[in-house]
Amino acid sequence: MSGHDAMVSGNGRARKAALPWPLAVGGLLVGLHIVVALLTLVWTPYGVGDMAGGRLEAPSLAHWAGTDRLGRDLMTQIMIGSRIALLVGCGAVALGALIGVTIGILAAFATRTLDDVLAAALDILIAFPTLLLAMLIVASSDGASLGTAILAIGIAGSAIVARLTRILAKRVLAMDYITAARVAGTGWPGIARIHVLPNIWPTLIVNFALQFGLAVIAEASLSYLGLGAPPPNASWGRLLQEAQASVYTAPFGAIAPGIALVSLVIGLNLFADGLRDAADPTRRRSR
Amino acid sequence: MSTLLSVENLEIRTAGRVLVSGVSFSITAGERVGLIGESGSGKSLTALAVLGLLPDSMRASGSVLMDGRQIVGARDRDLVPLRGRSVAAVFQEPMTALDPLMRIGGQVGEVVRRRAARDGRKPGRAEVDAQVTALLERVALPEPGRVARAFPHEISGGQRQRAAIAMALACRPKLLIADEPTTALDVTTQAEILKLMEGLVRDEGMGLLFISHDLPVVATVAERALVMRRGELIEEGAVEPLFDRPAHPYTEGLVAAARAFDAALETAP
Ligand SMILES: Nc1ncnc2c1ncn2[C@@H]1O[C@H](COP(=O)(O)OP(=O)(O)OP(=O)(O)O)[C@@H](O)[C@H]1O
Ligand SMILES: [Mg+2]
Repeated sequence: MSGHDAMVSGNGRARKAALPWPLAVGGLLVGLHIVVALLTLVWTPYGVGDMAGGRLEAPSLAHWAGTDRLGRDLMTQIMIGSRIALLVGCGAVALGALIGVTIGILAAFATRTLDDVLAAALDILIAFPTLLLAMLIVASSDGASLGTAILAIGIAGSAIVARLTRILAKRVLAMDYITAARVAGTGWPGIARIHVLPNIWPTLIVNFALQFGLAVIAEASLSYLGLGAPPPNASWGRLLQEAQASVYTAPFGAIAPGIALVSLVIGLNLFADGLRDAADPTRRRSR
Repeated sequence: MSTLLSVENLEIRTAGRVLVSGVSFSITAGERVGLIGESGSGKSLTALAVLGLLPDSMRASGSVLMDGRQIVGARDRDLVPLRGRSVAAVFQEPMTALDPLMRIGGQVGEVVRRRAARDGRKPGRAEVDAQVTALLERVALPEPGRVARAFPHEISGGQRQRAAIAMALACRPKLLIADEPTTALDVTTQAEILKLMEGLVRDEGMGLLFISHDLPVVATVAERALVMRRGELIEEGAVEPLFDRPAHPYTEGLVAAARAFDAALETAP
């Protein structure tokens, strides 16, 4: 009885006292971007296309991040950039997770031949640069759009998710409790749902958050090269590209979107770390 | 007595290597059989073959009739309904025998639910919980309520092994296969678990195939023993005459080693 009480209060204390700082800081940074992204749906400091000030103005009270070469407010564009980044990130990670986890689980349960074929296919897909994939997808559709960016980044990410899922799942499948479950007559869909997915989930979540960060960077790269979402979607990558010409005279045009990009990616990575600890009861207790 | 398991001329090979060959034995309903032999002699592989769970890289030939059904060469899908009803298993490592992310009650409950589904019933939550508590009590776990809510890392190794036995019992199998279930435990806990298993198997009238490299352990739980060496069955018989008057020099060696070990324990202060 007393053992039980000690256990419960022990858990309670651990949870209250130690909201891990990576989760807190990461959550704060990502939360900030989410709030800004939502805010842009109803309000921005200026209109996206408005020539609201002089050309290449330095940051001021009226224009917190300065203006671009056409005199448009940079803060407005960076805020909208948050929305684009989160949208593409969410879409790409969701797509990558869906395809990747499915293929990975199938490969882990497949017969040896099928598993070998899938593993080889994944290795090829991973070696395939996201950029090339994006160009192929853009070329075979009506042109660059948010959708093509999500598709390209999602497919590229899915190969990595699939490979990780396969390895993690195989490790779980080698455990005695899986053999015991099979002996008890659990079929493979049951084993995947009851044992494999919950056990690989903490690691996958971390990977999804890291993938999210990579997707945000990939989106910026694509739009930097003009393969991302076209205007008026103000992507950070396009802002960086536009600021490049005047980077010596007006450095803030590059610095501000850079800070936005880095803060979101770091936030996502910290959040990933915190999530992993929270999702794993063995870690939760040892803290 | 009806034959529960009948193994005829079982051979297991992997890429060019024969790991187990010419193994034949049978177990009747309610019989407790020990399978003994040095490390690497093929005990676990024989057990896996009986369960139809050999790794993809291995091929079995010969015949394994479990409850009248052929296991060798059967498709996994066809074996699923057979498992659990006819046979259940407990393994060596108490740490990996349970899913680390599932509460004990959840894991035992899953087997209870599966077993009920097989009988065409869908038990409610309360019924499952009641059965889980009963099973945990059955394996003499203290505070079954607390244990049911605990994760595997929150209970001791011996308690984990008891929980694993509870899961095997939840299947209500005709044959229980235990692959060195007590090797990872200290001597006192080991003795308790052995007593528990023997009692349970006797009460439920289950057959038992108990694998161990430890002779005294096998002598405690089994009536009959099979001795394996380098993938072959070299001797078999009732436990006492076998261990008192081993015919094969290898068995003799095992017995002598166990005696020497016991003697060393007794003369120790
Ligand atoms: N996956 C595998 N691939 C190839 N060989 C294997 C594999 N698993 C086991 N073996 C070999 O098969 C033989 C028998 O192994 P098995 O696990 O049945 O031994 P054991 O009698 O259970 O030993 P222990 O008492 O150590 O558990 C060993 O020589 C081992 O090296
Ligand atoms: Mg073994």
